[in-house]
Amino acid sequence: MTLHLAILPILIPMLGGLLMLLPPFKGPTRYNLRRAASLFLIVAQLISAIVLIKAVIADGAIMYAVGDWQPPFGIILYADLVSSMLVLLTSFLGLGVTLYACAGTDREGKYFHPLIHFQLLGIYGAFLTNDLFNLFVFFEVLLIASYTLIIHGGGKQRTAANVHYVILNLIGSSLFLFALGTLYGVLGTLNIADMAIKISELERSDQLIAQAGGALMLVVFGLKSAMLPLHFWLPQTYAVTNAPSAALFAIMTKVGIYCIFRVYTVIFGDQAGELENVMQPWIWPLAIVTLIAGTIGALASTNLRLLVGNLVIVSVGTLLIAFSIRTPEATAAAFFYLVHSTLISAALFLIADMIGQQRGKALDYLVKARKIKQQALIGVLFFVAAMAVAGLPPFSGFLGKLVVLQAVTLTDERIWVWSLVLISSLMAIIALSRAGSTIFFRSIQGNDNNSGASVSKWQLSGALLLLSASPLLSIFGASVLEYTNNAAQQLHDIDHLIQIMNLNGDVQ
Amino acid sequence: MEIAYVICVGVLTFCGVFLCLRGRTFSVVVGLTMLSYAVNLFLFSSGRLNLEGAAILGMTDNYADPLPQALTLTAIVIGFAMIAFVVILAIRARADLGNDLVDGRDPPDTNKMIKSNEGKS
Repeated sequence: MTLHLAILPILIPMLGGLLMLLPPFKGPTRYNLRRAASLFLIVAQLISAIVLIKAVIADGAIMYAVGDWQPPFGIILYADLVSSMLVLLTSFLGLGVTLYACAGTDREGKYFHPLIHFQLLGIYGAFLTNDLFNLFVFFEVLLIASYTLIIHGGGKQRTAANVHYVILNLIGSSLFLFALGTLYGVLGTLNIADMAIKISELERSDQLIAQAGGALMLVVFGLKSAMLPLHFWLPQTYAVTNAPSAALFAIMTKVGIYCIFRVYTVIFGDQAGELENVMQPWIWPLAIVTLIAGTIGALASTNLRLLVGNLVIVSVGTLLIAFSIRTPEATAAAFFYLVHSTLISAALFLIADMIGQQRGKALDYLVKARKIKQQALIGVLFFVAAMAVAGLPPFSGFLGKLVVLQAVTLTDERIWVWSLVLISSLMAIIALSRAGSTIFFRSIQGNDNNSGASVSKWQLSGALLLLSASPLLSIFGASVLEYTNNAAQQLHDIDHLIQIMNLNGDVQ
Repeated sequence: MEIAYVICVGVLTFCGVFLCLRGRTFSVVVGLTMLSYAVNLFLFSSGRLNLEGAAILGMTDNYADPLPQALTLTAIVIGFAMIAFVVILAIRARADLGNDLVDGRDPPDTNKMIKSNEGKS
């Protein structure tokens, strides 16, 4: 059991998802059985993630050689503090999303629950793998599940958005393979730890090729994480898809961010000789422009879900800024902010859906419409989520932005980052308060609205679960920050990684 | 051999990128197919091109790198499945949107817009 702990989060959704396609769970009448199985599976994943993170905290990072083929030849799973934290975050998010979907979204199509688990499988795999080609495979797993989840329930807008999303990501996959071929051609390995060793020993001509491969890889990760100028697909796609899928996709941009952290810290990091931090001059200006573009998009949004989509881009910009500072402290701050922004943007997508459900034809558009049926309840939820995402105390957004700002040490960087992050927070507050006052206060006067479904207990429990993370992250802020500090130290300590992989020169 | 190989990969990539930039889903799907062919050939060549190299130990003195072959095989399978998906999606989009344009609507006629603007001023 403990021996195979690292692969458990991948195996549970894979086998469970496959079993849920079988006859006992099929058919339109058996949806209660599907829900029970899905909730059981997600709780099992959450427990396995907790066990994994405890084992990693107690005994240090775990290397798992699939099929016992040792590095650098086999496919390696590697669970360190960073990846086990993100696995736990994903399974927690998955629980909230599954709970919310049980309110009825899962009955719009046949295979919602198995698809959610395949999506989770891909995300866990991408976090846990230590092999670049394996990363590509898990990317494809999570992508094909997301292609079908976006179009789940059907409709003209979803089809149109999905065509763009699929074509863009297929081109991205091709680029990923080009990048892998280029890097394999010069380095002769795809194991991330082994690449970190080989990259410093390259000749001058090979260095240029490796640099081209690294740049291609950045395009792919930039597309996944919605880094400017590759972010145009995100707001529209997230705005039209069903709410639980959109909430789950809040972690997808973070997969791209995580890959940028992993690849450009370990392979093209401090020990890469001539190629040291070779992509940093590119990421730094792009991060700043991403932040600005997300802020402008948030101010210009015409409906609430578009607004949340643009706030996701703002969070991506903030995370990339924290990346380009390149110190363990900044990385630790980024991980804290990553956990917070994932959960809160997911909660906001769910709240926007509940608002849309009770406003008739106006949906979540920012126009004067009839009153929301459960104004007090949804209003409080929205208010808390908006304060958290904009970065107001006492919620986690304040703490997240604070640690990112504190991590900036150079004066000229400080001028840029402090002014931009603070201005974008102000703009986010303006956009959110405009949205909130339009939706909750500027309603058509007169008779109370009794049409539209009430918020079901499934929806409420899902949204509350995700939202409760924000105060918890502030209350236990010190211990979470200590954890992310250790995680960042471990990510930056490449010698330790090489030691765990047994690649200290005696193999070759 | 290398020159012919490089030209093949280059032409396929060129055609793929060109077709992906077209406005209708059919040419985009064909373009994606060409891109995936190009990428498969490219991956295969990352282990260096050599003739009569064995991939199994103990057969000859001249070995080929077996890993790119495995990678290419995986990439072919995944690429094939993805192309199948995008074909189905294109058909669905044709039914849902009523045309086969990637944007789901005709692109705005810029000439007409310029002319109508000139007429106003």
